Order: sequence, then C-alpha cells, then structure tokens
Amino acid sequence: MTKTVTDVICPFCGTLCDDLEVVVSDDGKQLLEVYNACAIGAEKFLHSQAEDRITRPRMRQEDGSWKEITYDEAIEYTAKMLVDSKKPLMYGWSSTNCEAQATGSELGELVGAVMDNTATVCHGTSLIAVQDIGIPSCTLGEVKNRADRVLFWGCNPAHAHPRHMSRYSIFPRGFFTGKGHTGRKVVVIDPRPTDTARVADVHLQVEQGRDYELLSAFRIAFRGEKLPDVVAGIPKEQIYEAAETLKSGRFVIIFFGMGVTQSLGKNHNIDIAIAVTRDLNEYTKAAIMPMRGHYNVTGSGQVWGWQFGFPFAVDLSRGFARYNPGETTANDLLRRDEVDSVFVLGSDPGAHFPFSSVKKMYDLPSVAIDPHETPTTEVCKVHVPVAFVGVEIGGCAYRMDNVPIETRKVVEAPEGMMTDEEFLDRVLARVKEIKGV
Amino acid sequence: MAEYLIKNGFVFDPVQGIKGDKTDVAIKDGKFVETTAVKNPKVIDATGKTVMAGGVDIHAHVAGAKVNVGRSFRPEDKLFGFKAGRGIERMQGGFSVPTTIKTGYDYARMGYTTVMEAAMPPLYARHTHEEMRDTPILDQGAYPVFGNNWFVLEYLKNHEIENTAAYIAWLLRATKGYAVKVVNPGGTEAWAWGLNCENVHDPVPYFDITPAQIIKGLIEANEYLGLPHSMHMHANNLGNPGNYTTTLDSFKLSEGIKPNNKFGREQVMHHTHVQFHSYGGDSWANVESKAKEIMDYVNSHDNMTIDMGQVTLDETTTMTADGPFEHHLTELNHLKWANVDVELETGSGVVPYVYSPDIKVCAIQWAIGLELALLATDSMRVFLTTDHPNAGPFIRYPRVMKWLMSQESRDQQFDAFKHKDKVIDATNLAGIDRELDLYEIAQMTRAGPAKSLGLAHMYGSLAPGLEADVAVYDFNPNEPYAPDTIETAFSNARHLFKTGVQIINDREIVSNGNKRTLWVNTKVNENAQVMRDVKEKFLRYYTVTLNNYEVSGHYLPNPYVIEVDATQ
Ligand code: SF4
Repeated sequence: MTKTVTDVICPFCGTLCDDLEVVVSDDGKQLLEVYNACAIGAEKFLHSQAEDRITRPRMRQEDGSWKEITYDEAIEYTAKMLVDSKKPLMYGWSSTNCEAQATGSELGELVGAVMDNTATVCHGTSLIAVQDIGIPSCTLGEVKNRADRVLFWGCNPAHAHPRHMSRYSIFPRGFFTGKGHTGRKVVVIDPRPTDTARVADVHLQVEQGRDYELLSAFRIAFRGEKLPDVVAGIPKEQIYEAAETLKSGRFVIIFFGMGVTQSLGKNHNIDIAIAVTRDLNEYTKAAIMPMRGHYNVTGSGQVWGWQFGFPFAVDLSRGFARYNPGETTANDLLRRDEVDSVFVLGSDPGAHFPFSSVKKMYDLPSVAIDPHETPTTEVCKVHVPVAFVGVEIGGCAYRMDNVPIETRKVVEAPEGMMTDEEFLDRVLARVKEIKGV
Repeated sequence: MAEYLIKNGFVFDPVQGIKGDKTDVAIKDGKFVETTAVKNPKVIDATGKTVMAGGVDIHAHVAGAKVNVGRSFRPEDKLFGFKAGRGIERMQGGFSVPTTIKTGYDYARMGYTTVMEAAMPPLYARHTHEEMRDTPILDQGAYPVFGNNWFVLEYLKNHEIENTAAYIAWLLRATKGYAVKVVNPGGTEAWAWGLNCENVHDPVPYFDITPAQIIKGLIEANEYLGLPHSMHMHANNLGNPGNYTTTLDSFKLSEGIKPNNKFGREQVMHHTHVQFHSYGGDSWANVESKAKEIMDYVNSHDNMTIDMGQVTLDETTTMTADGPFEHHLTELNHLKWANVDVELETGSGVVPYVYSPDIKVCAIQWAIGLELALLATDSMRVFLTTDHPNAGPFIRYPRVMKWLMSQESRDQQFDAFKHKDKVIDATNLAGIDRELDLYEIAQMTRAGPAKSLGLAHMYGSLAPGLEADVAVYDFNPNEPYAPDTIETAFSNARHLFKTGVQIINDREIVSNGNKRTLWVNTKVNENAQVMRDVKEKFLRYYTVTLNNYEVSGHYLPNPYVIEVDATQ
C-alpha cells in the first residue's frame, strides 16, 4: 500500500507551489510519485531518492580524496573553524527553512561572522533599490484576482518559475478576472525571444543593457511628453502604445528578474522600474514584484530583517550589525581577502560565484552543508550532507511575495542523517562551550 | 520559583485604589500574593521609589510583515540605534523600527511587560508569530484585521451576524489571533483599485456595503461571541483635515450596544490613535484641534475606550493597513513608499516621516494628542500610546508622561516651536493647566488597557492572584522634581519582574524571561455554511490551500490560550 500526502509545498523556486501531491511507500521511507509539480520541482523531490546519495559527512584529504567522518567530527571541525576565525563568512541560507536561518543567525552573532545570502548575486540590487525608493507590491493572489495588465521584465518564468504563469499571473481565473488569460494583456521586455515572450501580447525586444532608458521613456510617455524616434532599440510608437496599455489597465503588475538586476545599471534599473510603478498609481493601481529564485531566499532576508535590521550582507564582526553592500557582500570580502573561513549552507556559490571567489574558498578553511554534491562541496574542506528541507523535514519558507508557508515533511531521511537545524544547534552548543558562554 | 518581597516603595495601583501609599508587594510562584504568604523571600528595597504593575500596551506595531518592511527598507534607521550584545543581551539595532530583540529589551527597560501587535494580516500571521517568538520577555498577542475581509464584507452586506461571528472564531483560531481589528473599513479594499472610502457612508466598490455597516456589524459579532477585547477600530479618513466628523460618526455606531463578556470589559469599541482622527479645518493651512469635541463625546459615553497616538516630534516610520493613507502621505512628503495589498484580506503601506517642531501641522498634532488625555474625565478609558512607530517610537512613552504630568515641560515645548503662536491659536492645549499624577498614569498605562483588553484578571494591578509583573522606578513622588527626571526614571526601570521572574536587576537585564503568546480560542456552534464558504474561497481565490493556511503550534512555543464559549 502507498500513501498520498496532499497540500505539499515545493521547496525549489520562489513560486512555492503548495498544492503538490506526493505518493510515498507505506513505511514512509520511499518517495514514489510527485503530482502537480513542474519538471524541476518534481526532480527536487525525486532527487532525494538517488541511490548514490551521500549520507555521511566527509573530509577532503591532502591528496584530494574524501574520507568519511562522523557528524561529531564535522561539528567539531565547524565549531573550531568558526571560533578560530577573525571574520568567518557564513553564506547561503536560501534553500533552508527559517528555523535553521534563525539558529544560524545566533551562531553568526556569537562568532562575529558576516552573513550573506544568495540575494548578493541576484536580487540584492532590488533590495538596495527598495531602500532608495520603497516598493508598491501585493500578494500573488491580488495578481490572480485583479491584474489585467502583466509585465514580465528581464525574467523568463516559462523556464525559471514554470508554474508561476498558470498559478498566479497569466492563466488563472480569479474573482475580478473571470476570463483568465483572455482578459489580460501580457507585455514582455527582454532582449531575447524567450518562451515567455512567445505567449505575450507585446514583446519589446530592448537592446541589451539599455533597460534604464526604456523605463525612462515609459515615464515620459505616461505624461504624454515627446520621445526620440527610437529608444533602446524600440520605435517610439511602440513605447507610447505599451505605456497606454499599462495606463488603461485596472490593475498592473510588473514582475522582474535577474535579466535586469544583474545587468548594466543594476539597482538603478530597479529604481526606475519602481518609479514607473509609482507613476502608474497616479492613474490606476499598480504593483511590482521581484521573481525570487530560491524557495526561501526571501525568508532569510526576513529573518535577518527582524533579528538585525538588514536583509542581506550583514556584518556582525564588530559586535553589532553593519550593512554596506559592496563592502559587506560575500564576493567583495572574498576578493579582498577579508574573511578567513567560509561556511556555506543552502546554496551553491561554487557554481555561481566568479572563479576568483571560488578559488579563495578553495584556499580557506571551509565547510559546505548540502544534501547534494555540488561544485561548492567539491571546493570545500568538509562536506556535511543533511536532510532535504521541505521533503524530509518541514519548516517555514517565504514565497516571492513574502507570504510565509510551512513546508511539509513527506518522507523519512536516510537513517542517521541530520537536518540543517540540528547540525546548527549542535555547532552553536559546541561554540558556546569553547567560548565559555 | 524564587519568592520576592518588594519593600517600602510608593505603590500606585488603580485597581486596588492605592495612590502612592507605602506598601509591600510579595511574589510567589509567578503571582502576586499577600505579604504573609512568602516565607523566605529575596527582599528588594524600594525605599523612595515608585512601584507599579508591569505596563500594558494596547496598540503598537512591533511584529510582522509591514514592521519588517520598515526595518529592511530603512538602513538609515539603524545609524544611531545599535547596541552590541553583552551578557545575556543579544545585539540590538534600530530606532523607530527596532529589531525584535531590541523591542523586547526597550519595553522592559520602560517597565512594560505586555504588548499587543495592532494589525496582523491573516495571510501573514505566521510571520507575525515568528517575530513575536523572537521578541524576548514580553507577553504578546496580535489582532488580525477584519474590516476589508471579503468574507466579512459579504456576510455583513446581508447583516449576517452569526455567520460573521463564526468566521471570526475560525480566523482567530487559524491565525492564533487575539482580537477583531478594523482599519479603514472598506477603504483598504477600495484601495486595491486605487480608491478609498472617506466617510462611513461611502460605498465599497463592488461589495455593495458601507463602512458604517461593517463597523456596526463587527461590533455586534464581537459581542455575539463575547470576546475578551472589544472591536478595535481605526476609522476611515485618518489624518485628513476636518476628519473629526467622520470620527464622531464612527463612534456613534457603537451607541445602544451593550458589552457582553465574562472578562470585565465594559466597552464595545476601542478606538485607537484618536489624535490622527481629531482634526478640524478643511486644509493643512487651517487645520485645528477638535480634541474637545471628541473628548466631550468620549467622556459622556462609557461604552468606549480610546488611545492617544501621541506625536513625539521624532523622525519615524509610519505603517498601517490603511493603504490609501500611506499613498496620500508619500504624495505629501515624497519619501519612499512601500505598499502591500493582501488577497481577500487587507492592504498596507509604509512611509518614513519626520515630525518636525518647525512644521506647524506637526506641532498641532503634538498638542492634540496631549489634549485628548488632559481633557479626559476617566483615565481608565484613555490610554497612552504613540501608535508606535506611526506618531513616534514607543521609547518615548516616558517623555509623553512628562508632558502629561508637567505644564512646565509643555510650555518649554511650545517655546521651542517655530510657529508657536499659530499652534496656540489652532489648539486648546496652552489653556489647559491640568497635570496628571502617577495614579492617573498607572490608569492610562496599566489598569485601563488591561481592563479594555479583557485581561484585568492577569495584568494591570498588583492584587494577589494576578501575574507578578511589576516595575520599580527611581522616582520619589513626594519630592519636588524637574520634568526631565520623569523621563529618565521611567525609561530605566530599576527592577522589573515578569510572571515572577526577575528581568531587570539594578537597571541590568538579567533574564530573557519566558515570553508567552496570547490568543483567543472561541467555541462556536457548527456552521456548515461558513465552512463551505471558506472551502470555496480558498479553492477559487486564495493562492495557498486551506490546509496550508492555519498557523501551527510550533510558531508559538509558549502559548497562553484564552478560551471563550459562544455556543449558547
Ligand atoms: S514552479 Fe517552482 S515551486 Fe512550483 S513546482 Fe515548479 S519549481 Fe516547484
């Protein structure tokens, strides 16, 4: 006999779908089927069943080979490493639950770490823009129930957030949107002809890196002022028309992604996109939302927000929280040789940081906590495999619209494996012991 | 548990009618007891000091989604407000929107032990609870917002009080909430289309209902259930010149409704931050105080309570579920604006604000708040708040006390205003010479709010049997004092106990306490229709499933459940 668990939350992307159904074996040890998830979401669940999964901590030897160690040894190494460092970097936190994030913060506080999350290489720029100008936003249900104008800008949900369009943004029928997608006008701004652009009513194929100009042109067009004939590769008629499409909506939503947060202009791009949204609120109702990637990157910003007052790049090394992106951000610290050890949990900087940073990680004492083998685990000295959050252990996660949802445990972790939170708890206890507090 | 005897202090306890007499206070097993009941107590010498029950804050925005927006989008708010960790204290930061850790400690330093979060969007309830869990020392509860909730709008359109009540009971349980909060009824729903409801008879777009119907219906549903607190109201038209008529229209909707509860609460409406709702004139050029008109009404109607919303003349961060108001504010001051509309439930906005003594309107607002308290005939029904952080940060409560207790300090403030004469013309404060005493302050900060919350059986007094929450201040009421002494003494409690645990000893925080989260579990008759409606709305309009909505127990590691039986 098998059991079906319903209302399961997908711990993969910031869409945080919560309607999955998962079939598990009667003894709760094997996960057999995943329904309702997209391909990447389903893969995340099924991956926990991999035969060759690493289930015990391991330490890299002089010759590059791995030696299995116990969790106790891994805890000892981690605690010592953190205590011995003047300024450890504790990075990641985006693919774990808020409970682990909260424990991690306490640990970081005790050892004077710099805490940074994956926003540092994706939506950190958006957070900076929000600090400049604020953000008129909403929950995804508002989009589903009200939005008749949807703008995707520098993002490609068809691939990165596969169920976003069907659950929230283009296709669903809501209270005031009974016609579903036929009642919505979809605009895509992207230099590439993406699969998302293919389903749009209008695709503005902006010249690479010239988003700021185009957004600026929108603000001018809203006011009915004059534009040059072509802006950022787009003829002015198209801009006027798109601006009118937005202005005439009852509820406009702008979704934006890494195509603009990490291209030329960075936080300034987001500044002006938010200004466009503010402008629209003088004519109609408009909101804007970042397409957050990891399923709980938003949560780590929230936890640090209430514990320290800053959403990323939090430097605790002086005994109180400091924040100065560019100075206290992970890559800047690594490249300036300002940190003397690296602790990674819930992300894969080995795959996403510049090579020069990864090289620094390779040279420093380092620990990677991750259920998978990743490029990061390959450059760290110790790799601690843990249970999959949202599959083998529950806990809180925040969706891209900041709505918190409690993820579910659907299957048992392989015997003897720790969770993120347990591991952090143990390290915290050991650090307290060493420091005598 | 340790026994304590707080000896020889000047005690102020409105519930027991103690007006500064020298009385000893005994603590055993977390409660106050008769002094004869302690055998071998640790003695706290309170000679020459003031002793009061732990403070109870009926209305502050201290935890949850919009508070965290305020923190995260204002790094500048941390520039001067940080404090390194020390001893058992963890690191702290922030001024107008402090971190959770700092919130707990700063309230404790003022002798406060219970603080209510004034607006919780139900969909964000988990977030509110996570923050409250990480706030040390304080007992806390949160008020879910109901005034723009689609279920409520649809039931009350047809005056279905029983269904509204069943839904309230369900939502309080699902969100682990404490009371029925209403913010700009109908207006925030209208804001989802960029519109507003500016008076009680403005129709809510699409829903075919008016704010007046929502307010009256929710009061009736609240009394139908017999909840510990009354309906907690933030009326339409907040912050606009001439709005006092809307406020009076909203007050009047409570007329003729009698309180029905087993908690000793006597009001059916608590109206919050009334300062923001007491403006005359028709523009910012001629705005004037209508505190007198407002207080004439409050003084003659004993089925309502209010709090002040005192402007403290600081730079702060405004935040409210009144979305249209925050949009209006950002258009006024052109500072950064955050807004979140929450599906089927509510909206909210956050905007920084500077209450400058050089700006006439800010000074008028300052005067209005104080007038409300000084014109009150019953300090048990008018409470001290700043609507933290909207009119100013809560750490200014001792300063507000100073202004209330000392005409000299008010005169000093008047002299510091750039437009002193214009401010005096537009307000009544200069003509009021009343100075409140500590007994009245204890009414406004302890006994009154505890009673209004339906928590007089736990907090607000030092009577035997109550929770042993007590503060000792370095203030001798029998000696002459300079006004600033009040602020200093009440900002730095000498000693503080929370449920019998010593939190502050000689001004040092020595324990993180054992904080509890209060919520109200209401038993109602089975209501198939409401449960069917809930199922359907979740299926069709929410973006989370019904089974993922309820806040589970582990978000409240130390819950305190207040049971209400409304099945008769
Ligand atoms: S869209 Fe994202 S959250 Fe939803 S199933 Fe796919 S990966 Fe999971």
